[in-house]
Amino acid sequence: MKAVIAEGLIKTYNKGSIKALDGLSLDVEEGTVLGVLGPNGAGKTTTVRILATLLAPDSGRVSVAGIDVLKHPDEVRKIIGLSGQYAAVDETLTGWDNLIMFGRLYHLSANAAKSRAIELLEQFNLTEAAKRPIRTYSGGMRRRLDLAASLIIRPKVLFLDEPTTGLDPRGRQDMWGVIDDLVKGGVTLLLTTQYLEEADHLADEIAVIDHGKVIARGTSDLLKKQVGGERLEIVVENQDLTAAKEIVAQVSGGGGINVDEGLRQVSAPVTTGSKALIEAAKLLDEKGIHPLDIGLKRPSLDDVFLALTGHVAEEKKDEEVLLTQGRKRGK
Amino acid sequence: MNAISDALIITKRQLLQLARVPELILFSIIQPIMFVLLFRFVFGGSIDTGQPGGYVQLLMPGIFVQTVAFTLAATAVGLTADMQKGLIDRFRSLPISRSAVLFGRTLGDAALNIVVLTAMGLTGYIVGWRPTSGLFNVFLGFSFLLVFGFAMSWVGVLIGLSVREERVATNATFIAVFPLTFLSNAFAPTTGMPKPLQYIAEWNPVSTMVAACRQLFGLENQFGATAGSFPSENPLMMSIVYMILIMAVFIPLSVRKYNNSSKR
Ligand SMILES: Nc1ncnc2c1ncn2[C@@H]1O[C@H](COP(=O)(O)OP(=O)(O)OP(=O)(O)O)[C@@H](O)[C@H]1O
Ligand SMILES: [Mg+2]
Repeated sequence: MKAVIAEGLIKTYNKGSIKALDGLSLDVEEGTVLGVLGPNGAGKTTTVRILATLLAPDSGRVSVAGIDVLKHPDEVRKIIGLSGQYAAVDETLTGWDNLIMFGRLYHLSANAAKSRAIELLEQFNLTEAAKRPIRTYSGGMRRRLDLAASLIIRPKVLFLDEPTTGLDPRGRQDMWGVIDDLVKGGVTLLLTTQYLEEADHLADEIAVIDHGKVIARGTSDLLKKQVGGERLEIVVENQDLTAAKEIVAQVSGGGGINVDEGLRQVSAPVTTGSKALIEAAKLLDEKGIHPLDIGLKRPSLDDVFLALTGHVAEEKKDEEVLLTQGRKRGK
Repeated sequence: MNAISDALIITKRQLLQLARVPELILFSIIQPIMFVLLFRFVFGGSIDTGQPGGYVQLLMPGIFVQTVAFTLAATAVGLTADMQKGLIDRFRSLPISRSAVLFGRTLGDAALNIVVLTAMGLTGYIVGWRPTSGLFNVFLGFSFLLVFGFAMSWVGVLIGLSVREERVATNATFIAVFPLTFLSNAFAPTTGMPKPLQYIAEWNPVSTMVAACRQLFGLENQFGATAGSFPSENPLMMSIVYMILIMAVFIPLSVRKYNNSSKR
């Protein structure tokens, strides 16, 4: 069964002059994770706000857990959790105050709200900070508290809008761990992100959106095949280029080797990830070659866009390449 | 029933904020107290009211009404801040009654008014304010003030929901309230104003409120001078009419605006 369906969503702003969504359609199978991947301004937040009952589209159809979002928003609100792009909690109050307030607004009894708050603080590693005002929290702690607040009623369907944007690598790892656990618990999740790496790690399926439309969708493997997966890149001194080329050929299995003499760089697509990297390093070492640089280059959002649309993602901001190695969930 | 308990949770949130940051109460109180002292000692000596007990008897109701009228600003700014921080979006994603957030806020601001009015009343008493109408009428007077503040708060809700930035909310509310309180009988009699202004001032709800409070606190000359117009003759009735009118217009408008904010 589909837990989320959006069909032909159109949303314009400023009397039609800004087209935020241009016939966007997507769906999420119950119990799975859909990663909505897109650059700034693609329409991610607009989509999430429509699905979470906050915004009415100009036209289109939306349903969550089989309930029509536009006709019965109150029913939908009882089963969804939303954590928006920016943490939306009361800064003046403590983490504890916030969770109790939201618990009560979900109509939990005073006692139920308390025990749920204790659970969530524990789960999100915030117990120690519980009695501090939110304004003393770090960005990562805020995000975690915001997420905790959206989980109070154990929602069936969860919407996370760029849950890791603005977090440092450590914070991002923590957030991934938390989200992994939620997904194991069986929640249906739609998350948006600007990072291919993140969608790859967290999502069962990815929908790439651009200018308010889905331009590609599929599993990350499928997408990567379209994009061309990781590349092994080695930079060496000029006299070592030929030797390096042989090594790369050996490690990558031979296809698609590219030698750039100007950059003194040899590269080739690899399928074995860090294993290829280690092997190449070992072989270089055996030959007594000291590489100036060696690494795996993951396809970035730019590469995806380049491959899918022939143009790079527009209006992008900090397009950082994630340093962290994504741990694969076994699925 | 859920609608009421939802609203009270929002109200409680505001009271908790005051408990967590006591400076918030402190500064809400200091300003009106400062007004009482400034007016009492700066103008008090030079304005002859012909009133037993002097200017302070006329002044206090004026400052009370001005202070509760400014609830509008607190409400508007608070609401705009909540919108900017995304809190209103979060509230709107919860399964709560559509007006709970707005009622919660206006009730919270009314609750703060109780504290503020108490502090002002005590300060007034210390500097010579003596209501002579008996406990019941004094109680009635303060109740009037609270309800008027609540009504003005709803004007603030509409402003708060309509602007996009806190600073705009601050300015917009000052522009709304200052003329209202100065084009009135709050600090000086309307009889000294040019005719057209006098007309406006006498029909101004702030004037009828001030006159009503003066009456309830036991003053004979409620307008500060005999004006003779309809509102100056019937300030209690006119004030009640105004309060009902303000609420009847601004509560539905605000609730509609809140629910339609998804269309933006
Ligand atoms: N309230 C609004 N008024 C006018 N234009 C808007 C409004 N909200 C969004 N837009 C426009 O709609 C488009 C889609 O915005 P949206 O916020 O959905 O993008 P996004 O994918 O979430 O971007 P980001 O990665 O920056 O969060 C953008 O061009 C944006 O400028
Ligand atoms: Mg966004």
